[in-house]
Amino acid sequence: MATRSRFSRPSPAADRVRHGTNVALVASVLDLIGNTPLVDVSSLSPNPGVRVLVKLEGQNPGGSVKDRIALSMVETAEKEGQLQPGQTLIEPTSGNTGIGLALVCRVKGYRLKCVLPTNVSPERRQLLELWGAEIIESPGSEGSNGAVRMALRISEEHPEWLFLYQYGSPANPKAHYEGTGPEIWRDCPEVTHFVAGLGTSGTLLGVGRFLKERNPDIKLWAVEPPAGEMVDGLRNLDDGYIPPIFTELGGFDLLDRKTIINPRQSIEWTRRLAEVGVFAGISSGAAMAGAARCAESIDSGVIVVVSADGGWKYLSTGAWTGDIDEVTERAKKIIYF
Amino acid sequence: MAVQVRLPTVLRPAAGGSSSTTAEGATIGEVLVDLVRRYPGMQGQVLTDEGTLHRFVNVYVNDDDVRYLDQLETKVADGDTVSILPAVAGG
Repeated sequence: MATRSRFSRPSPAADRVRHGTNVALVASVLDLIGNTPLVDVSSLSPNPGVRVLVKLEGQNPGGSVKDRIALSMVETAEKEGQLQPGQTLIEPTSGNTGIGLALVCRVKGYRLKCVLPTNVSPERRQLLELWGAEIIESPGSEGSNGAVRMALRISEEHPEWLFLYQYGSPANPKAHYEGTGPEIWRDCPEVTHFVAGLGTSGTLLGVGRFLKERNPDIKLWAVEPPAGEMVDGLRNLDDGYIPPIFTELGGFDLLDRKTIINPRQSIEWTRRLAEVGVFAGISSGAAMAGAARCAESIDSGVIVVVSADGGWKYLSTGAWTGDIDEVTERAKKIIYF
Repeated sequence: MAVQVRLPTVLRPAAGGSSSTTAEGATIGEVLVDLVRRYPGMQGQVLTDEGTLHRFVNVYVNDDDVRYLDQLETKVADGDTVSILPAVAGG
């Protein structure tokens, strides 16, 4: 107590011990998934009445929020007896889910095949290869929709491979309902707004439902890139895609707002995050831009925003140092969500 | 009200290849009806025969998805930008 009284606040390490999140020794790297830190970046808030806290999912061992659903989907399949030792799994992914699955499969001894659009950053491919995943390429012009279609076709041809299907698996939002959501509520019960990128919709569905059950006044903001503008390989609008979990779990009723953040805004906010020491991926910049838009629209509040991954996988884009116009054009050609 | 309407790649052939056009209306519903009137090739692509928004179409007023505003009753003002985008996956 004497030590406490000498300082205005305990050290971050002491905070971790107090919250039971200090991890010194674990049996498996998979035990490090989740329990990510929340960092106050209110100095970036455009509204002095609004605090902004960013949850750093890049701290997961596979480097993104998708480690959570990868582990959840694999362990659910194990519990349901769908997985045998050494079995092969197949999954469509724009990168992060594949990387999370590659990590989980490497540790647990499964084989993984990822259907991956050609237009993802080279670092995403490298990480998949590093953990032994086989990459099956889908046309970049069709974006993630094309990868989903191809994986559905291949899984029908190979019923012996387990298709986890992140877009339709309840284990995806469940990972956030049981993990990410409770962590946010534990660390910041004063949260008024939750902002996250919309990809599979798992984060928003899981965290959103958990938070609204605790406080129905909490508002959920979804952020997305103008992906439909960048995907030019759709034959018609019936080639569009809404993740089954989004409709089945009432996404249209759950969300309060959905807003588009363009690539330039995403890069600008990725750089602003770096200015306060947060090295995050381009989709995190988009989420922060969404949080800023949210902050401007309210008088006061506390926004929790998800940084889906760290910046490592995007160094080759020059996002932090390159000419902003050139980087923006480059970002339009890759999938960063 | 005249608004600018940004079109996705799949709708551009119906608008002579243009990436954007103008349409009139006080609400999103009116703007979309006017758009289809100007470009009949978009019939059934943006609005269904029942007059609801196509399932795989997202419409934004100045970057906000109208499904989370007042849907087709969402008001527009002169100079607003309306964007039509196909729903695509992430992840």
